[in-house]
Amino acid sequence: MFGIRYIGNTHIPHFKRTASLASIDLPTPKSVLVPMLQHIGAPAAPIVQPGDTVEIGQKIAEAAGYVSSPIYAPICGTVDKFEEYLRPDGRKVQAIRINWNGEVKFHHSVQPKDIYSLDDLITAARESGVVGLGGAGFPLAVKLDVLRKNAIDTVILNGAECEPYITSDTRTMIDRADDVRQGVELLIRTAPAVKKYIIGIEKNKPEAIKTMRETFKDLSCVTVKALPQRYPQGAEKVLIYNTVRRVVPEGKLPSDVNVLVLNITSMAVLAKYCRTGMPLVRKSVTLDGSAVASPKNIKAPIGTSIKEIIEFGGGTTGEVGKILLGGPMMGSAVASADEPITKTTGAITILSKEDVQLPNETSCIHCGRCAEACPHLLKPLLYSNSLELTDKEEKMKILDKNKIMLCVECGSCSFVCPAGRPLVLNNKIAKSEYRAYTEEMKKKGGM
Amino acid sequence: MENLIVSSSPHIHSRATTRNIMRDVVIALLPATVAAIVLFGFKAALMIAVCVASAILSEFFFSLIAKKKQTIGDLSAVVTGLLLALNLSTKVELWQCMLGSMFAIIIVKCVFGGLGKNFANPAITGRIFLVIAFGAVAGGAHTVFTPEISAGATPLEIIKSGSGTLPSLFNMLIGNRGGAIGETCAIALIIGFVYLLCRKVISWHIPVVFVGTVFVLSLIVKQDLTIALYEVLGGGLLIGAIFMATDYVTSPMGRLAKVIFAFGCGVITVLIRFWGSYPEGVSFAILFMNILSPYIEKIHIIKPLGGIKNVKK
Ligand code: SF4
Ligand code: SF4
Repeated sequence: MFGIRYIGNTHIPHFKRTASLASIDLPTPKSVLVPMLQHIGAPAAPIVQPGDTVEIGQKIAEAAGYVSSPIYAPICGTVDKFEEYLRPDGRKVQAIRINWNGEVKFHHSVQPKDIYSLDDLITAARESGVVGLGGAGFPLAVKLDVLRKNAIDTVILNGAECEPYITSDTRTMIDRADDVRQGVELLIRTAPAVKKYIIGIEKNKPEAIKTMRETFKDLSCVTVKALPQRYPQGAEKVLIYNTVRRVVPEGKLPSDVNVLVLNITSMAVLAKYCRTGMPLVRKSVTLDGSAVASPKNIKAPIGTSIKEIIEFGGGTTGEVGKILLGGPMMGSAVASADEPITKTTGAITILSKEDVQLPNETSCIHCGRCAEACPHLLKPLLYSNSLELTDKEEKMKILDKNKIMLCVECGSCSFVCPAGRPLVLNNKIAKSEYRAYTEEMKKKGGM
Repeated sequence: MENLIVSSSPHIHSRATTRNIMRDVVIALLPATVAAIVLFGFKAALMIAVCVASAILSEFFFSLIAKKKQTIGDLSAVVTGLLLALNLSTKVELWQCMLGSMFAIIIVKCVFGGLGKNFANPAITGRIFLVIAFGAVAGGAHTVFTPEISAGATPLEIIKSGSGTLPSLFNMLIGNRGGAIGETCAIALIIGFVYLLCRKVISWHIPVVFVGTVFVLSLIVKQDLTIALYEVLGGGLLIGAIFMATDYVTSPMGRLAKVIFAFGCGVITVLIRFWGSYPEGVSFAILFMNILSPYIEKIHIIKPLGGIKNVKK
């Protein structure tokens, strides 16, 4: 009665209208804007100058540190200039503008890579420019690095794709099953300590599940696990719990419970890089949402403006309220359609004015829906309530006791709240206050 | 594509709103409301109208005078007024109905800061106020189908005093017995319960544990299955367990906490019924547990996934 078999509790609409649509290629755009920070970590350092001619797959920026990732030219053309680019999260970074010269030519560095060892694989992952394509953008090489410890016994390939609308990982599993298989084979060959590979897919993608089962029929170490369609099934710690029943403790990483979670498309791209030498320069994005005329999966060079993709996709209908990079639960709203897509863009979601009306905020009725929806079994209402307190110590005590830092900002609580409270926004505020407070305490030497 | 809205995620919301939830509660109360009017006649209809109207008007004027945002649109005043009316018998005068409604809305809810800030269920407290101020409010009324005076006593009063004849179990189910206008028709209340469950407005925990506790304890104390059944169907147990103990604001969150809360309600109800000076104890039990609710919630802490014990500093 009190047990929980699966965590993640929220039913949200799926709208997977594009699940049966293979990606179509966008014709090369006239120009692209490639930001130097498309990942978590240090921005990449440009190695080209304005006026240089570049070819597809040519490195234009070098990884600047361990947690960083190189960037390659997505189209042939001339480097026009360096621009300043404001990311949706408010950070300003450098970006390179490249104008197309009418050619489609691969750079001579695009050559197959031989993988003999884990070192080779990690180097390849670094050079491929692949970062966690699921959203956060953690460099793949850094993730794979934990395999060196030989302690990881399970690798989970994340194909949950629990956000509404998005189907780009679904299409990877269906259209690029061979790449996925090669990716897994590379790991099997170079990381013998891993005993088990689990591909986690939400049940609402029967075709992807079928294709993956077919593809890995003869590999006994690979299981394809159909997961209930509950949001947020794809959140890392939720996925780990629901597939291998291990709990990642607060402040620890999945590797501390001997698990590694990889996005399934990231592995497919890495496999293709090893086979052909083509780094990550194009991205398949789902164009969908209530204000999209005809939903599609579109493959476009990184740096293409959102506007161009929308126009190619058939435009919008009705009044546009919001354009999101990513899905409606966790994606970020952009201020202008001129912004480019990046490595981590899996979807462009366009919502009508009507759909994005903020709910009327009333007072909490203590219904418990937010707590029931929370995948981490937190009590989001307490964070928001605590923000009203003036006593700082008291506030911090509540945040600390109720584990604010475990919140993954998945959006479930705000989604379900009948009082329309902006719970996630409040969580973000509470988190930053809490972070500042603990820093301060540390400085004082109090903690 | 100008004027794009930029705000924090998530960008979509479920359709559940406070207003929709309250509307569902009103819909769930409709069978009992209809039964009340059929069983107790025109006076019942008048009482319901007076209670609901004065609840809405009290909230409206309070907000107006206190210069607060108008909140009658959330329909919670309608629920309070309707529940209060259904918990009174036709012996209660209309002006008393109005007073009870005003007390429930203004003193119990609005003064504490409105919906969500009240520590006790307004309808229950309104009823208790009338019990204390004007004496018995549940007994003494009979349905239009059994005009004999003796039928006016509630089954619980009959059991307690040991005189009079109990209505048949069939009459208990359809509500042809003495009591508050909305509490008698068990079938109508259960239809409402099923509706609330289907709409996921409430979970089964509180009503089932509350009623179950009363049933089992009555069985143990009285050693008689029939009496135990009358204890469940007589009095205000069903309406209290289904509609009032499940009030979000005044009951704890979390399944285990809900079970403890409901168990407490059941125990107190039985204590009052068998050993107290009132024949009925549901309202007092719920009010008492309302007050304990925040503490029950604190005892039962759900461990966050991945949470580690705080180290004592
Ligand atoms: S508190 Fe955080 S983790 Fe929990 S539902 Fe809300 S956003 Fe998701
Ligand atoms: S979902 Fe909203 S109204 Fe319900 S308890 Fe949480 S914050 Fe309060």
